[in-house]
Amino acid sequence: MSVAFDPSSSLAQYAHPEVLVTTEWLASNLGTEGLVVLESDEDVLLYQTGHIPTARKIDWFTELNDDVLRDYLDGEKFAALLSSKGVKRTDTVVLYGDKSNWWASYALWVFKLFGHEDVRLLNGGRDKWIAEGRELTRDEDSFETTDYPVIERNDSPIRAFRDDVLKHLGSPLIDVRSPQEYTGERTHMPDYPQEGALRGGHIPSAVSIPWARAANEDKTFKSVEDLKAIYLDEAGIKPGDSVIAYCRIGERSSHTWFVLTYLLGFQNVRNYDGSWTEWGSLVGVPIVKGAEPGAVPVRR
Amino acid sequence: MTHIPAIDDLIADFHDLPLKERLTLLLEFSDNLPELPERYADHPDLLERVEECQSPVFLFVEVDDAKDVHLFFTAPKEAPTTRGFASVLHEALDGQSAEAVLAVDPQFPDQLGLSEAVSPLRMNGMRAMLARIKRQVREKTA
Repeated sequence: MSVAFDPSSSLAQYAHPEVLVTTEWLASNLGTEGLVVLESDEDVLLYQTGHIPTARKIDWFTELNDDVLRDYLDGEKFAALLSSKGVKRTDTVVLYGDKSNWWASYALWVFKLFGHEDVRLLNGGRDKWIAEGRELTRDEDSFETTDYPVIERNDSPIRAFRDDVLKHLGSPLIDVRSPQEYTGERTHMPDYPQEGALRGGHIPSAVSIPWARAANEDKTFKSVEDLKAIYLDEAGIKPGDSVIAYCRIGERSSHTWFVLTYLLGFQNVRNYDGSWTEWGSLVGVPIVKGAEPGAVPVRR
Repeated sequence: MTHIPAIDDLIADFHDLPLKERLTLLLEFSDNLPELPERYADHPDLLERVEECQSPVFLFVEVDDAKDVHLFFTAPKEAPTTRGFASVLHEALDGQSAEAVLAVDPQFPDQLGLSEAVSPLRMNGMRAMLARIKRQVREKTA
């Protein structure tokens, strides 16, 4: 059973306002039948320090990735995970997290690989909830586990692999990493030295739009007008374009994927989760160093 | 005597718990990370940033006249895992002799049984903190 959408006027500007909820809406809908709130953070202990009442935790690292394959869960494991979280296929899932919903967007993207219909983000995430002085608790409510069906993961609509990126060259690519990673000054993100690549730079022709530019100071998403100025005017994406976004392992680019797909309404946006940790170490693919996107390489 | 019994106790404390409760114990450590004394709180420049950690954590090592090691950490409350790691290291190493600290197994963080609970990659930060503590101890006893 799906929970009624948030009718807030602040969301109406977006192409798909139904994928966002405001903190006010969530506060007044906590405990509604059919609503499951999940927190997805970078820090594995943050949830335990205090979370939104009724929220359950989902960890991108220990739960959404396969142990031994560089890939996400398969259908059976995803079904087991969601069953253990008490999620039904028909439930409305609201995700929220730290760092402007960076990791919550990542979880949402994985949910969409399995076609979970009604997944929404809490606009502003954990930080906005806390800034507004709303209730946090360390209590973990008990809940009944469910029998989530085994759904085969469907990657192709929203996930790009390296060969897809090679074929895509010439169409819009967005590099959402920090400027230093884009130019090749750094082979890893500031503060994340263990997740590096062999070479520094970016995929030829990719435009640099760091992911966090889509977020306001209060961690909510920017207005449609501001987003259009960034992605259409500045990055040069045109309505109808097919777009691929990438970062380091595909988490920051999930945020950009969310913005392009649900807030601006692009219908063909994929996230390249192999991202720079793959491309920057891949044999036989071109890269570009420096601040310019560089030319589309001639296919050999 | 360079062996530190407190380390064995910590390893046992974590290992005796099921995975989920290991996180709860780490949270307790995180909650109880000692505050910086004023002489460091007012001089953040004296502290060394642990670059390997995903969150801003800073540490400072003192070695006193008796060659005992004293550890000081600071990390934001939004980074409870990092705070927890720092607090475990504080519990294990603070007040121990420089010789004993230098003899600690560099893999000690992996022996806590936390890797499965927090992911192996996140454990890198704790190993890096230990390595930096030892380096400062070496510099200060040289």
